[in-house]
Amino acid sequence: MKKTFRIGGVHPHDNKISAEAAIEIFPAVETAFVSMAQHLGAPATPVVAVGDKVKVGQVIAEPSGFISGYVHSPVSGTVKSVGPRADIAGNLVPHVEITVEGDEWLEDIDTSDTIVKEIPYTPEEILDKVKKAGVVGLGGASFPTHVKLAPPKDKKAECVILNGTECEPFLTSDDRIMRERPQEILIGGAIMMKALGVTRGYVGIEENKPAAIASMTEAAKAFPQFEIVTLKKRYPQGGEKQLIDAVIRRQVPSGALPIDTGAVVQNVGTALAVYEAVQKNKPLIDNVITVTGKCLPVQHNYKVRIGTPMSKILEVAGGVPEKAAKIISGGPMMGRAIANLDAATVKANGAILLLTDEETRRRPESNCIRCSKCASACPMGLEPWLLNKLSRAGGMYDELEKERVFDCIECGCCSFTCPAGIPLLDMIRISKAEVMKILRSRPKK
Amino acid sequence: MTGTILITVACLVALGLLFAVVLYFVAQKFKVEEDPRIGTVESILPGANCGGCGQAGCHAFAENVVKAPSMEGFFCPVGGNPVMTKIAEALGRAVEEKAPMVAVVRCGGTLASRARTNEYDGYASCKVMATLYAGDTGCKYGCLGKGDCEAACRFDAIHVDPVKGIAVVNEDNCTACGACVKACPKGIIELRNKGFKNRRVFVSCINKDKGAVTRKACGAGCIGCGKCAKTCPFDAITVENNVAYIDFTKCKMCRKCVEVCPTGAIHEVNFPPKPKIEEKPHEENV
Repeated sequence: MKKTFRIGGVHPHDNKISAEAAIEIFPAVETAFVSMAQHLGAPATPVVAVGDKVKVGQVIAEPSGFISGYVHSPVSGTVKSVGPRADIAGNLVPHVEITVEGDEWLEDIDTSDTIVKEIPYTPEEILDKVKKAGVVGLGGASFPTHVKLAPPKDKKAECVILNGTECEPFLTSDDRIMRERPQEILIGGAIMMKALGVTRGYVGIEENKPAAIASMTEAAKAFPQFEIVTLKKRYPQGGEKQLIDAVIRRQVPSGALPIDTGAVVQNVGTALAVYEAVQKNKPLIDNVITVTGKCLPVQHNYKVRIGTPMSKILEVAGGVPEKAAKIISGGPMMGRAIANLDAATVKANGAILLLTDEETRRRPESNCIRCSKCASACPMGLEPWLLNKLSRAGGMYDELEKERVFDCIECGCCSFTCPAGIPLLDMIRISKAEVMKILRSRPKK
Repeated sequence: MTGTILITVACLVALGLLFAVVLYFVAQKFKVEEDPRIGTVESILPGANCGGCGQAGCHAFAENVVKAPSMEGFFCPVGGNPVMTKIAEALGRAVEEKAPMVAVVRCGGTLASRARTNEYDGYASCKVMATLYAGDTGCKYGCLGKGDCEAACRFDAIHVDPVKGIAVVNEDNCTACGACVKACPKGIIELRNKGFKNRRVFVSCINKDKGAVTRKACGAGCIGCGKCAKTCPFDAITVENNVAYIDFTKCKMCRKCVEVCPTGAIHEVNFPPKPKIEEKPHEENV
């Protein structure tokens, strides 16, 4: 019996059409635009000035708070400008623009392919290295990894779960790295286990990635502390709380953190970044991005340096086909439409997805028929129809709080499943933002 | 057969009478004494129940105004001064005249002056759009044109102009209830003094970006150059965060700022067509 989470979930077609495209190294760009807001929390403060020469891996920005991160130069060259630039949503974010000259790496970065298995570092050294390398969660939320690896004193971590579910349709970047670099991922996982002082590790992979499961199982023979868990295909299994439920059968209570169940969930991409940061001294300067879509003749998985404009990636991938109506950063369920193609990639970008007009068409909205499909699909056990009504009524924040609107993980299962085409998630999201604001403004006990 | 029907009817009538008597005495016993003035005030109020006064509706307004010692803090934006005077008369109190207000859309980024950089395909609501991204133009402060204000207005006073692509107020219908001000996620709409003969001067932009960024995004945006503030003889204009604001309590509507504004972001409304247009060539001739 394959495992899966217990509440809600939907089964969108997985469309993993780019799964057989091996990772290609993306060609060098002329100019890189490195965002200072590549992690959850406060944007980093640039420490380079216009005209400075930088090498690959050099620190160009330092954290400006506890939840913040280092940013490194993904290229070598000269800093051309430091200033605001539009991100994919069109918001102005501080960027460092670097004109690329050659490809000169910092000396202490190990660029060889040798796999380093020994972990000679203490937990403190690991945390420091992870922090200095600017590693963030690559599953999408880009939460600084060093913060997650140092849970509060009163919480005890019991196991590490590596997230290789990739439950979003179309995405295949995690699948590819699990096939191509399984050992590194497991060493990265072992490093995180050492930092947390735990001895149990799991890798959760959905059943639609048999090749990845095979290669990870093979590699795990040398790592007895890891168990490869094959999971049923079900969205949103890659959600932190859903994965914990699926793998170790524990549920995160409303309002609590995943660490309260003793589990620390990390994406396999993050594990790879941790490996490179700790064993190879290589900061997080590139990531694997899937370029896919049914309208694209050729699918790609590119290893792209951070700061590459999206338009450049699409150009190299063969240009935007005429049929493409919407370009999305991420998957079709939780990804966001790209409003500005000139925006540069950031650490947590995982995919560029091109959809045709037909694929993006919405159902015409009609009245709620009380079929309760949304309530059975919600993986957090909420009642989306009710939240929608309260949200539309306006100002009913107490009721929304009582209905735990803040628990919504914005997975979109409700909107996906609604036969009446009601934009449930859109409505929930606007009131969730309001309720979160109220919760935050309240004095802490 | 007929007997059964008769008995049933008689029983029901008897029960009805009994309940009526019981209910009458109960109602007498638990009678809630309500100030009769509340009813009077409520009948004066327009009865729109729009909530523009900040109360839960016209009845709540009447209740609270009767309870309160003075008229201070109470104003029905829909009825305006005539209604407030009537209420004051009914309660035997004095009331200060308030200048009538009107909703003003502070965005001049029409389709012509603000290029669309992308196409929004999501649910047609400004609030939803604002949670998703900066907007379909280069300006993240401007009107999104999806009509949340139009949906909130109960007086048919604000509409999204399909040609301009931004919200436009119909000032004859506007009661300044403030529903649109609350509905707009970008905070563009402001209640301003209606002004003498409905004449107003205001900065039709709230873009806080630096001048160059604003200019690139929109041809009608305030670039915060400060020319208007320097020109204003009454100190009514402040420039903060790269955007000018005209304090309508200080503005004497001389319109000098309108002339110096390089982008035309300062709007004047309801002024007669300028006799100046004739004057100018005249001056040049001299």
